[in-house]
Amino acid sequence: MSAPRILYCHCAFAKVVPADVKSAVLEGLTGANVEFDAVPDLCEMSARHDPRLRDLAAQQPLHVAACFPRAVKWLFAAAGAELAADSTRVWNMRTESADAVLNGVLERTSPAESVR
Amino acid sequence: MSLVPASRALVILRGGDEGSLGGAERARVAQLLLERGLEVACRRDQGVDAADLGSDAPEALAARLAGGAGAGAAPAAWKPWFPVIDYSRCTNCMQCLSFCLFDVYGVSADKKIQVQNQSNCKTECPACSRVCPEVAIMFPKYRHGPINGEEVHTDDVRREAMKVDISALLGGDIYSMLRDRSVKAKSRFSKERDDDRALKERQNCLVALKASRDLDIPAEVLAALPSPKEIQAKAEAARLRAKAAIEGAAAPSDTERD
Repeated sequence: MSAPRILYCHCAFAKVVPADVKSAVLEGLTGANVEFDAVPDLCEMSARHDPRLRDLAAQQPLHVAACFPRAVKWLFAAAGAELAADSTRVWNMRTESADAVLNGVLERTSPAESVR
Repeated sequence: MSLVPASRALVILRGGDEGSLGGAERARVAQLLLERGLEVACRRDQGVDAADLGSDAPEALAARLAGGAGAGAAPAAWKPWFPVIDYSRCTNCMQCLSFCLFDVYGVSADKKIQVQNQSNCKTECPACSRVCPEVAIMFPKYRHGPINGEEVHTDDVRREAMKVDISALLGGDIYSMLRDRSVKAKSRFSKERDDDRALKERQNCLVALKASRDLDIPAEVLAALPSPKEIQAKAEAARLRAKAAIEGAAAPSDTERD
C-alpha cells in the first residue's frame, strides 16, 4: 500500500479544537518533513460544497487530523465527497493529545479510527 | 520562486529538502495562512522556500502570501454552523423538516431529507438535533456529544426518544404547543395587543419552551424567530412537505409500477 496522504483541518472558524493541540500537530507535521494538505475548516468547505473535498477524498489511503470521525465522514458526504471507509482514518484533535494524533497520522504507531 | 499562490485559496510551502523553510517557520506561516482562510499544501521540491522568507519574519511572509491583510476568506465572518445528517442513522422521518422554522431542510428529488440552506441556520442553535429521534443530526462545532459528532451510544438514543415523548405529552408537537399558547395570548391581549407585546409574548413563550425542553436555543435566535402567525404558516407548510415526502417515498415509483 502506498504512503498515506495527510489532511489537517485547522478548524479556523470556531474554537472547539484546543489551540495548543492544533499548533502542536501542525508543528509536528512540518517538523516531520512530510507532504500534507492543510485546510482552514472542513465545516466551512462542506457548507460551500467545495469541490476540493472531492479531490482530497480521492487521495487514498488518507489520514485525517480533524475532529470526530463521524462528523468528518458526513461533512465530506454532505459535499458530495465520499471517504473510502477502509482506507480513511481520522484522528480527533478535540479529544486526543497532539502526540497521539501525530503518532497515528505519521504511522509511528498503528492504532487509528476508521470513518466506518 | 514566485509568491503568487497556486490558486486564489491555496499556498504551497516547500519543505523537506535543502532550501526549504525551517519546520518552525513553515508551521507559523501555515498557521497564519490557515487563520486567514487560505488552504496550505506542504510539498517537497516546490513552493515558497527559505529564499522567499529572506530576513523577514514569518508574519511578514504570510501577509505577503495572502496578498495583504484583507485577503482570504474571513473566518470571523461566518461560523460554519449548520446541521450535518448522519444518513447511517437517519430514517427519513422528516421531524427535522417539520421542526425547523428557517427552511434549512428540504427534500431531494428522490424524497430524502437533506440540508438545503445551510446559511439559514441560526448559529449556536442545535434544536433540530434534539428533536431527532435517531440522534442523526450533528453540529460539528457544538460543545457536547453526541451532537458534535461523537459516537452515539444506546443511552443517547433513549434520551432523545424521551424528549420526543415529552413533546408528545405536551401536545403532539412543538408547534401545537406554540399554537395553543398563541391562541391563549390572543384571547388574553385581544385587540389591544401591539407589536411590542406580541414580541414579548413570543419571546416569553419560546423562552418557557426552551426551559421546559432544554433545547439550548440562544436568546438571539429566540428574538429572531418569526411571529406566531408566521410560525403557524411555516409549521403547516413544513408539515405538508414532510407528509408529501414520506408518502412519496413510500409510494412505488413509476418504474417500480411498470
